[in-house]
Amino acid sequence: MSFPDPTETFRQEARELLEQLEQGLLDLEQNPANDDLINSTFRALHTIKGSGAMFGFTAVANFVHEFETAFDQVRKGQTVATPALIEVALNAKDHIHKLIEQPDTKLAGGEAILVALRAVIDGANAPAAAVPEAPSKGALIELDLDMPAEAPAPATLADLTESIWRIRFHLPGDALVYGTNPLLLLEEIAAIGPCTITALTDAIPSLEAIDPEVTYLGWQVDLTTAEDPSAALDDVFMFLRDGMELSVVKLDGASPAATEPTAPAIAAAPAPIAAPPAKAPVATPKPAKAKAKDTPAPMQEAKAAQPAEKDKAPASSSMRVDAERLDELMDRVGELVIAQARLTQIAAMSQDGNLKTIAEELERLSSGLRDTTMGIRMVPIGTLFSRFRRLVHDLSRDLDKDIEFITTGEDTELDKTMIERLADPLVHLIRNSVDHGLESPEKRLAAGKPPKGTVRLSAVYAGAEVAISVSDDGAGLNTERIRAKAEENGLITAETKLTEQELNQLIFAPGFSTAKEVTSLSGRGVGMDVVKRTIDGLRGSIDVATKPGAGSTMTLRLPLTLAIIDGMLVRVGNGRYTIPLSAVEECVELPDGVEANARGRNFLDIRGSLVPFLRLREVFNTAAPAEPHQKVVIVSSGEGRVGLVVDQIIGNNQTVIKQLSKLHSAIKSFSGATILGDGTVALILDTAHLVGFGQTYVDRNKSEGKAA
Amino acid sequence: MKPFKSGPMKALTLRLQDELFAIEAESVREILDLVPITEVPNAPPFVGGLINVRGRVVPLADLRVMFGMDRPPPDKDTRIVVIEIEIDGEPTVAGVLADKVHDVTDIEAASIEEAPRVGMRWRADFVRGIGKRNGGFIIIPDLGRIFETQGVRTASSPASEERLAS
Repeated sequence: MSFPDPTETFRQEARELLEQLEQGLLDLEQNPANDDLINSTFRALHTIKGSGAMFGFTAVANFVHEFETAFDQVRKGQTVATPALIEVALNAKDHIHKLIEQPDTKLAGGEAILVALRAVIDGANAPAAAVPEAPSKGALIELDLDMPAEAPAPATLADLTESIWRIRFHLPGDALVYGTNPLLLLEEIAAIGPCTITALTDAIPSLEAIDPEVTYLGWQVDLTTAEDPSAALDDVFMFLRDGMELSVVKLDGASPAATEPTAPAIAAAPAPIAAPPAKAPVATPKPAKAKAKDTPAPMQEAKAAQPAEKDKAPASSSMRVDAERLDELMDRVGELVIAQARLTQIAAMSQDGNLKTIAEELERLSSGLRDTTMGIRMVPIGTLFSRFRRLVHDLSRDLDKDIEFITTGEDTELDKTMIERLADPLVHLIRNSVDHGLESPEKRLAAGKPPKGTVRLSAVYAGAEVAISVSDDGAGLNTERIRAKAEENGLITAETKLTEQELNQLIFAPGFSTAKEVTSLSGRGVGMDVVKRTIDGLRGSIDVATKPGAGSTMTLRLPLTLAIIDGMLVRVGNGRYTIPLSAVEECVELPDGVEANARGRNFLDIRGSLVPFLRLREVFNTAAPAEPHQKVVIVSSGEGRVGLVVDQIIGNNQTVIKQLSKLHSAIKSFSGATILGDGTVALILDTAHLVGFGQTYVDRNKSEGKAA
Repeated sequence: MKPFKSGPMKALTLRLQDELFAIEAESVREILDLVPITEVPNAPPFVGGLINVRGRVVPLADLRVMFGMDRPPPDKDTRIVVIEIEIDGEPTVAGVLADKVHDVTDIEAASIEEAPRVGMRWRADFVRGIGKRNGGFIIIPDLGRIFETQGVRTASSPASEERLAS
């Protein structure tokens, strides 16, 4: 058993936190007064800082600390989250991201961001930036700290109108093991206000009894501040509250000089802080950092404990699993399903009642196992959608277009692999919508539209598929220009007759771009063909709908999963084929009458609606004699329906989808193949393609009918 | 045409109709007895079938189509040679039908000659070379070329006939 690299764990966590931070900031931009948002954003920052320091990402911790200090002003209501602040904060977030991904390289730009951040904040509140520039930095560095963070603000005794709060605390005994650095805590307290810190050494045992991993020291802090520091202290001790002793008492308005001996009060911060390090080498040798490297195991425990303590955040117990292991699990389940199908087949032929019972039991179990495994791999598409908010935000700024970005159906779940591979195509589509689709505010006004453009991203289930669409209320595709461009590129000739749909599909041809000018974002003609290829690779399709002047919609239709489906096994001639069960609507017998006048009328009347049907025997050129009573399997895809005439319906089976090789990729009627219980291969029918095929059949029939 | 490496070529020899063929032993993964073949409707006859090779769905190719030979139904000598081959840069596992598999043998590089441009029944680019052994000829097919051509070539022979299916 090997432990995962703790640094990598931190990175992963930080990535998620940064994402959360970005979402928070973007939400905040819409809704600047929302306290919950401000708090959750602050918490994300705080956690990054905490675990950053714990794992030795000093640069990260330092930077975040400054960021946090600035942002604290917003939290306290002293500064408003203006768009300018959000902009800087987003830059800061990107910088943190870089710091975390490349911890060893010196990254410039951090200071500039902080300066900008302070400038924005100071616009409303001057003293904010003053805090970090405390004078006693030197003293702290001499103490050889891991964190050269700001020193506490010097204690000023002049202002006696403020109250003094006496804070006494002992950390939990295991705090050091979990990577807590008491010095950082003290610094954070010191940042609240001028204070005097005294170490409480009464609990330290004799040298031979000392356990170096336990904190024996306690601290007493006399904090001078105008307001009740409890809330601020809650933040400082966010991860430690459970095990620690903490008391906060307000001293009776008296001057500290009256309650404390004069010496420490005048010496102020530096001297009392010097006290704990003097003992530290004995009591707490090398805190946080050394621990993190040497003992990954407790680290893991700390990780597990943390989510529970992330107080108000919506908590659900979860664990991180390597995606590769999930894939492996899926493969195993796939093999199990095949083996189970074989067992079922053998059991069906046998007379042994016990065997039959076991086979049934196993069937139930493996189907449950399959569903669970699939469920694990399903991820709500919202995780993907949220990424695009930043994209739209940046595009809006770069292109100077005011954009409203609306997402719906975030809880639609899709296979993990699918979601990962969808990211790039969607980026292209959204960019296209914003760059090509939406007009400039002036043009929009001239066209009688509101100056603010709208881009919608939505996901819905549609039968066995998920339809993801990107739509905008922009100018729509210019079909004439597409046509002209296609002729110019030699894709079509002037005589070629194309339906609107076919014409729109031309934009997916390689090297095709209708943008008159190449911008930094799009117009180079790479992209759409990549989108098309990726979606094809996922066994999906793209529909384009556009209305001049009113906008366009790109709809991606994708199968729910790439791995296992429930299938209906049918026989056509001597071949057996699987139809995805989720696409099957019903099965009916082919009426004799239809069979008799087979020519011309290839429609069934299914409860009043006409459904075209395809004779798979004809489609597949089967020569074997036909069954006297043929069955029709009605399948649907998206809007359309089609009946598939088969010789026999064999039954249901679980189907592990295997991709067809390049040699067969040109045959569109099959989406893959599967291995049946007896070890033979059966092809899986591509229902979407067959429905489309059936539809053209209908269209052709209609036009023939008109002609006649 | 790829040049042959110097030294003898280790090759699996197999028979298709009356001709002896040699496939580089390196690319051969295994040799199977005949297994049930699933016909792929509307597929070109050269790769008209699919087989199950240890849980994988593998296309089955019939070289006899490409060399314009008769295709009698399989008999007791029929074997499937599973090879690994690159198609458009993608490593692909494929089965190749053989009327009979002989042995693995060394073919001296010196004895291999380029396929003659004339006097051959087959498309010259499908043949990498012709070796000689025991007074007979051994055809060394250019499998890469044959498999890649498959996509371009339209099915010219009669519509895929019924074959052993399940």
